[in-house]
Amino acid sequence: MEQLPTSGPGRGAEEPLPDDWEVAPEPGWIDPALAEEFPGLSIVSTAIETTTGRSPEALKERLRTLSDRIAGAQAIQLRQKPIPWAYRVFFRHIGLDPDTTRTPIEQLIFERMHDGRFKSRNRVDDALTIAMVEVGVALRAFDADRVEGRLGLRLSAEGEGFEGRVSPLPDGTIVVADEKRALGILFDRTAKGRGVKRGTGRVLLAAIAVRGVPDIALEEALWVAGSALRA
Amino acid sequence: MEELLQRPNLPEVPMAPEESLVPPAPPDGLDTILYEHDERDARADLRRQIAAMELALARLFGSAFPRKNIDFSVPGMGGPRLLSVDELEKVRDGLAARIQDVKADLHDYAVVEESNRELIEEMLADPASHKWERVYNEDIGEPGCKNWHATPRWGVLGMLLGWWRVKLSSGCPLAKGLRPPECPPNVRDASAGGASHPRNRRRPRPRRLPPRHVSGARTIAPRLRGAHSP
Repeated sequence: MEQLPTSGPGRGAEEPLPDDWEVAPEPGWIDPALAEEFPGLSIVSTAIETTTGRSPEALKERLRTLSDRIAGAQAIQLRQKPIPWAYRVFFRHIGLDPDTTRTPIEQLIFERMHDGRFKSRNRVDDALTIAMVEVGVALRAFDADRVEGRLGLRLSAEGEGFEGRVSPLPDGTIVVADEKRALGILFDRTAKGRGVKRGTGRVLLAAIAVRGVPDIALEEALWVAGSALRA
Repeated sequence: MEELLQRPNLPEVPMAPEESLVPPAPPDGLDTILYEHDERDARADLRRQIAAMELALARLFGSAFPRKNIDFSVPGMGGPRLLSVDELEKVRDGLAARIQDVKADLHDYAVVEESNRELIEEMLADPASHKWERVYNEDIGEPGCKNWHATPRWGVLGMLLGWWRVKLSSGCPLAKGLRPPECPPNVRDASAGGASHPRNRRRPRPRRLPPRHVSGARTIAPRLRGAHSP
């Protein structure tokens, strides 16, 4: 997501994070062919009223604290931990090389090692970073007002188009989709105009789980991201 | 015995007609379901194997640190999509081959590092026989910047009088100032006297090697980075 202007005054480091917010995850649908091949594959989502723009100081402070907690030792041992390992295995199962197309958590840890810290980008990206690093679950964000129906995972149809892409998707590509169209390629780019952008008022957070990721982790990831977004 | 051989009226073993060697075709509709289920089970089994191998490779990755230049990559199949049995087999075989390669590399590193540890002991026991030689932590498979360096006491005077000792460095320099400009990865190794991969390391001088169980085609030698004569 591009750098966005600040959302306005009144959000300082002194403002506490809303701990009383309860997440209401909505389970998404899975293509039967995918569900049969990949038991444990699931997607849950929740919509949050928020503003976009630069992160408030409280969120930046959380990123700084998180940066101090993650060092080289954790990065080396990351792929042996259950949840990151589960994503690496799933990447192998769907034909991705996790050393080339990194899993979301590994990509964040790689950037932390490269940059020396978790760089603050904007409110939504920072919230996703905090949740993914703390829980390990892969998260994505969409513009909730541009999603029709529930989210799900399916295989692309023959010749199916993808917004922002000239050529059609290869047949059988696994996509995150609503009930009308593909919103993004799984663990890859988001369709043009479907992601969070300047002026987005409602963000749809989606957590993608694979076999080996406990359900409670999904809810926790959504809760952490939602709390950070509402800070 | 001869009678048995000459008896022409022994009943022969009835041979089945050639057609019976071919299994009968399954009824309509059954073959597809049967084969689909077989492939699904095969794919599930391959996925289990891939998961186990990925964990094994991850453990090797963790144990290999801080050694560098070990390749852990296994090419993907162009996803994200459902992979066929053949493609899953390729991933599985790639992982298996990579695990073997990494184990071989780690074994090579272990041989070199053990030899370098012996060299440190020899340097400590008899510094004069190892003048100006230096062994880094990296050479014995440990992180950090510590090194053992055989140097003379009191500079030139110690050199002339043979007062040699092994000096232990104080570790990594403190981080300060700007980051130095990046240089091509081979420059540092070239200036140190060889490539950093153990199979490519050159021996600075003849040296006894520990017993090895690997093929004689590969040349492994203890790495002595920075070892030079005055």
